[in-house]
Order: sequence, then C-alpha cells, then structure tokens
Amino acid sequence: MKKRRYGIGAIALIAASALALSGCAAGGSDDSASGDTSAVITANGSEPQNPLIPTNTNETGGGKILDSIFAGLEYYDATGAPQLDMAESIDTDDSKTFTIKVKADQTFSNGDPVDADSFINAWQYGALLSNEQLNSYFFEDIEGFSYDADSPLTGLKKVDDLTFTVTLNEARSDFPLRLGYSAFYPLPKSAFDDIEAYGQNPIGNGPYKLASDTAWAHNEKIDLVPNESYQGGRQAKNGGLTIVFYASEDAAYADLLGGNLDVLDAVPSSAFGNYESDLGDRAVNQPAAIFQSFTIPERLAHFGNDEEGKLRRQAISMAINRDEITDVIFSGTRTPASDFTSPVIDGWSDSLEGADVLAYNPDEAKKLWAQADAISPWSGSFQIAYNADGGHADWVDAVSNSVKNTLGIDASGAPYPTFAEARTAITDRSIQTAFRTGWQADYPGLFNFLGPLYATNASSNDGDYSNPEFDALLQEGSSTADADEANTDFQKAQEILLKDLPAIPLWYSNVVGGYGENVQDVEFGWNSVPLFYEITKS
Amino acid sequence: MAGYILRRLLQAIPVLLGTTFLIYFMVFAMPGDPLLALFGDKTPNPALLERLRQEYNLDQPFIVQYFLYLGGIFRGDFGTSFSGEAVSDILARTFPVTIRLAILALIIEFVGGVLIGLYSGLRKGKLFDGTALIVSLVFISLPIFVIAFVGQYVFGIQLGWARTTVSSGAPIQDLILPAFVLASISLAQLIRLTRASVIETAGLDFVRTAYGKGLSRRRIIPVHILRNSLIPVVTYAATDFGVLLVGATVTEGIFNVPGVGRTLYQAIIRGEGPTVVSFVTVMVLIYLVVNLVVDLLYGLLDPRIRYVK
Repeated sequence: MKKRRYGIGAIALIAASALALSGCAAGGSDDSASGDTSAVITANGSEPQNPLIPTNTNETGGGKILDSIFAGLEYYDATGAPQLDMAESIDTDDSKTFTIKVKADQTFSNGDPVDADSFINAWQYGALLSNEQLNSYFFEDIEGFSYDADSPLTGLKKVDDLTFTVTLNEARSDFPLRLGYSAFYPLPKSAFDDIEAYGQNPIGNGPYKLASDTAWAHNEKIDLVPNESYQGGRQAKNGGLTIVFYASEDAAYADLLGGNLDVLDAVPSSAFGNYESDLGDRAVNQPAAIFQSFTIPERLAHFGNDEEGKLRRQAISMAINRDEITDVIFSGTRTPASDFTSPVIDGWSDSLEGADVLAYNPDEAKKLWAQADAISPWSGSFQIAYNADGGHADWVDAVSNSVKNTLGIDASGAPYPTFAEARTAITDRSIQTAFRTGWQADYPGLFNFLGPLYATNASSNDGDYSNPEFDALLQEGSSTADADEANTDFQKAQEILLKDLPAIPLWYSNVVGGYGENVQDVEFGWNSVPLFYEITKS
Repeated sequence: MAGYILRRLLQAIPVLLGTTFLIYFMVFAMPGDPLLALFGDKTPNPALLERLRQEYNLDQPFIVQYFLYLGGIFRGDFGTSFSGEAVSDILARTFPVTIRLAILALIIEFVGGVLIGLYSGLRKGKLFDGTALIVSLVFISLPIFVIAFVGQYVFGIQLGWARTTVSSGAPIQDLILPAFVLASISLAQLIRLTRASVIETAGLDFVRTAYGKGLSRRRIIPVHILRNSLIPVVTYAATDFGVLLVGATVTEGIFNVPGVGRTLYQAIIRGEGPTVVSFVTVMVLIYLVVNLVVDLLYGLLDPRIRYVK
C-alpha cells in the first residue's frame, strides 16, 4: 500500500516537473553571431495600417518599410539634409517651376526603368481624388490639383524620358526639400495593372526589396533583402532587414534585452527609469522632429485675439515648469521647447526674440494674469483636453497643476476616451477647451511645422488662428530661392507666434531607443527611424 | 441524442443574430470618427473624408450598415479592414495561432491540475497538500500580467531558456512559456477543484464498499474516485477552453502572439466595425459549441445523465 501511494506521488511530481522542464528547454535565442555583412538585422515596427502604396501611407509602421524599399528623387541623411538619390538634378529659377532630371539606367527590382514617367504617373495617381490616397494633400501645390473633383496635375510635364518639369500654383522655396518624402516616390508601370495586389506585395527601387511574394506576414513581420539594382547612396551594408511587428513597446523592449531584436526605436515609458542602466552606451536619447503643444482656440472666452487673450496665453505659458515636467514625468526623454519647430531641423533656433515666454517665470505669469483680469475678470476653469488612450494623462495633469499652483486658478485635464473621439471634437470645432496638439514633420523643413498649422485656413489649423503678418512672412519665405533667407523669414514668423501663442509650445519628443550588443554603426535619422542600411552585425 | 444536438444547434441561430446586432450597434455607437483617427494629428480634407466614408458605408444609417454587413456574410464576405485585408483572411490567420496556444494551455492546466489535485486530495493535510494549497492561492491572487512579465523576465531575459516573445509563425516551442502563463491561474483553480472533489468522492459509500470488497487502490483511485470526481473539473476546464479560444488579450500582447486577442484589441482601438463583429461572431459560435460539447461530456462521465429530447 505504502509503496503504491508513493508511486502516484512520484508520477504527479514527474509530470509536473516534466512540463516545467519542457517549458524551460524550449525556445532560446537563435540569433547567433555570424560576423559578416550577410547578417540580417531585426528591428521593431508595427503592422502597416494601409496597403504599402507610398501615397497612401501616412503612419510610421508603413513608412519605415516604404523608406527601405523605395528611393525617391532624394533621400535625407542622418542630419536631415537632402541628398540626391534617383535625381541627377533639381533646378529652378523662381521656386515655382522646377526642372527635374532623373539619373540614367536606374531600375525597379523587377527591371522596369525608373524614368520621368514613373514619377509623373505615381504623382498623378496619388493626387486624384477618386483614388482616395491619404497623402494626396502633398500635391496640393502642384498646378491642376483639386480637392473637390478628379483633376489631373497639369503642372507635371514630361520633357524627355528622363526629364520632367513641375509647375506650382505659387512659389514654394522648400518644394525640393519635400521630394524625399515617401508621397513623392515613383511607381513602376506594373503597379497600375492591379494596384490592390501591388499594395500587398510592392516592387520598389530602394536599398531593399521584399524577400518573396509572401514576405509581408501580416501582423507578424516583413522580410527585406538587399536590392542589387539600387545604385544610390544608401547601399545596404548588411544581409537584409526583418521588421518585426509588435503590439506593445514593452514586448519589443523585452526582445531587445532577450537578444531577439537588434535595433529598437521606441523604448516604452515603463522602462524610462532603467533603460540607460539596462543598455549602457547602447541607449539612444536624442531630440526628434516631433513638436508637442496644446492649442487654445481663439473662440474660447477670455482667449480671443486681443490684448486680454495674449496676456492670458503668455501667463499660462510662463506658469508651466517645462524643465521639471520633462525631467520628472518623462525622465529626460523630452526636451523643453524653445520654438515651434524642432532642433533637428535646419534653421532651428533657441534664441528667437520673445522665446523667454517659454521659460518658467511664476512672478511674471502672475503679473500678466492680473493685468488680464483688470481688462475682464476671469471666471471658470482652464482645461486641457487629451485622448486617454495615448498615455497623456500624466503630463496633462502636471501641466494643469503647474498652471493651477502658479496662477491660483482652477485648471485640470479633460480626457476623451479615444483618439478618434478627441479628433472628432477638435475637427468639428465642438471642443470648448484647450486641447493637446502634436506635429511630426513629414520632411525636415521649418515651413512644415508652420504652414499647415498656423497659416490662415490651413488644413491642420485646428485653433483657427489667423494673423496676416504671419501669413505674409510665410509667403515671403516660401517665394525666396535662398534657403537661409527663407529660414530667416520663417524665424521672424515664429517670433509673431511667440507673441500670439496660438498654441503653447511644450517640448520636443526625443527618440528613445537602443540596440543589441552585436550590432554596430547604429545611427538614427532626422525622423527618429534608424538608418537601417548602415547597420552592421558581428 | 441527435434530436437534442439539432435543437441546440437551432437555438444557436437567434443567439448569433442577436449578438452580431448588439456588437455592431456597440461599435457603431462608439463616439468619434474612426476615419479621422487614421490621419493622426493632421486634419484631412473634407472631400477625401467623404469618399472614404462612402467606401466603408460609414455614411449610411446604422440599420443599413448592419444589413449590408449581414448580407456580405451570407455571400462569404466579412468585409475588409482599413489596411485592405479581407477580414476572412485575418480570421483564418489568427484563429489557428490562438487554438494552438489554447490547446497547449489546456493540456498543461488539465494534466497538471488533475494530477496534483488528485494527489493532494488523497493526502489531505499532509505536507504536499498544504504546499499545493498555498502555492495555488498565490497564483490565484496574482493578476495575469504580473505572472506574464515575471515569466518573461526570468525565463526569457535572465535565464534565456525561452524566447522573450513569440516569433513569426508562432511555433509550438515559442508558445510554451505563454501557455504556462495562460494556464497558471486555471491550473491553480483546477488543483483546488479536483482536490475538493476527490476528498468528497473518497468519503462516499460506494468507495468504502469497493475497499470492503477488497479491490486494489490501483483500480479504485482511477476508476471509482477519479472518474466520479471529474464532472466539476471537466465543466471548469471546458469553459476555460472557450475562454482561452477567444483570445487572451493581455498575454498575447505581452508575448506578442499574433492571435485573436491582440488582433481584436487593435481592431477595437481603430474602430474597425467589420473586423470586430466578425471576430465576436466566431467567438460566440465557439462558445456555443464548447458548451454543447460540455453538456454531452456529462453523459459520458456520469451514466445517470441522459439526453432524451
């Protein structure tokens, strides 16, 4: 009897331990070091939200892939400076008509030539209303563009096989700078035969190409291999790139620590406290082309475009202790703002006239608020709306508290459950509070941070700001051919914004990332995405 | 028996219609325009937005949208996600992964739970029993994400025994750690359930009679005690299998498992009506089938239970 009883106990224990052991023995890292340029780099990404068509991809998940498999007329180097890629030359006399020459003998990975037609056709496709491309607004400056009806871009004219001209509605000095953005990538002829199938298995002309017809494993990963036919300046120095799609940044970070991931460009906020000790000198924390602010619409009582409104805006801006909040809430992964753009952009300045309104100055803030009260007494509560699904609650509360404690008024956050709900209220103008705004640049130019957001009636001018002086300076900067001169105009335009404060600048988001022990030459581009083609693995 | 099964299957039809309607209504009633969120912080042009609304039938009244969707289902068309992928493809891709994970977790919890619970029950009050009770209590009290993160950190990062996340294609060896995490809480429940049931059965008259007749323990324990103790255990495990099949959002998120839970969560966040409703419909179907199977299993375990009509 006793013996048998012991037997059953043994079975139970063996079974339990066998299960435990099988769990332990399984898996393990299979990324053994290979020590040559044929090693495949793994990087984090997310499932593209749209088919992989350049003019229909407006988010980073798909953008990261497109930038690797396509080459535009130019590309941006690590500093954000444009370098010619497919283009031989881009010339203009008046910043209105551009003559673009494409380099000879460039091909897509299927052998189709990259010529004037591949650009013209792709842009025509992207701009046409009935094609419903999310990036169609990039073509709005080209002659013939229409938001309301199908209308071909008459401003695009083919000169010969490799040359075409672009005519804009009005001068845009930064138009050449935009040409590195994915919306301006070329498409091969075959793409238009079946654009839906093409979007699932795109053929490009960039440093990488899809490894096979089934390289895009939805929701899992995409496998890219070097494209031998690419002759531009971004030659792949590794044996390929696998972008793994993660649903959460925490999972990606665990994979980096576990050795299953080589490069990560998004450390989760839960690891802000310890990523530097986890990764040592493999941790990356540098400013990115992302500007964060909150917008106070002019239609709010006490915040109109008048003396009182300006005083109150300045008082609120000076009541925010940006240094402390970026340090405490974000562990130094944000950089306090000193203008309306980003430090990675050419022409950025931290010494604009009036930039002291962005420094914490409680005494001055109280004084200005009292002056405004003398014009019209304050009543009610100051609220900042945000979407609760984006991890914004902490800093909104901190900013509100900073305002509350400094000015002695009631201030709080106003959460909307989802991003969609917040955007709906902002877009239909039903929102009756200040609200969180952010801007990630599409191309590295000052104008991109200013024109779409603060020009009168601009598409993303959600606060309905309008100042003719500002508009005139933007126009002046846009029509000059000299880049430095243009930047001076854009800086002057910003000095007007610093007086009017249509949005209160808060900070620039940093790119917070890291890389594994056996990869080298990791450099992050101006748009926070690692320059994958440069990375080597040993 | 056949009549009983048929009646149960017929009952499923109104349940399915009702749930799709409710879920569709809830997704529809979610405030905010999902298409606006597609553009991030940028404000899209109204004409473009209008076109997209038409494409996804979002400009139609709710009831029209619902019948358009329902009509599509009968033609085998579950709609498309915003990324242009057919929802039926997404279903076909994610469910096999989750089914694999669920079966693995079920085996772990059922085998582990029954063996440990049985031994505990037979050795009531002894050291093994006490330890099992305390350990199971700890696991029941822990939220699943704590177990998941600790498991990932210890076995994935520190010891390197398992992969930190599930690699593409979700091979079985990668799923073992997530399956253990997923099974841990139910395993603890099953240990306690089996133990209690075994203690109760072991004290019943027919077991004493069996001992009195001189049958060996080797026969009494599996045939008389275990089989008769299994009814509540099977109910629990089978219901749990249903829960596992419809996805474990938290565990799938932490281990990056490309399964049902993770996909559904993303679809809800993005407000993709057709994806959400199709997933939920399949889940309801699974629940109904699992419940039917459980009811039929009773008959096998306990001859006194018979389904006549």
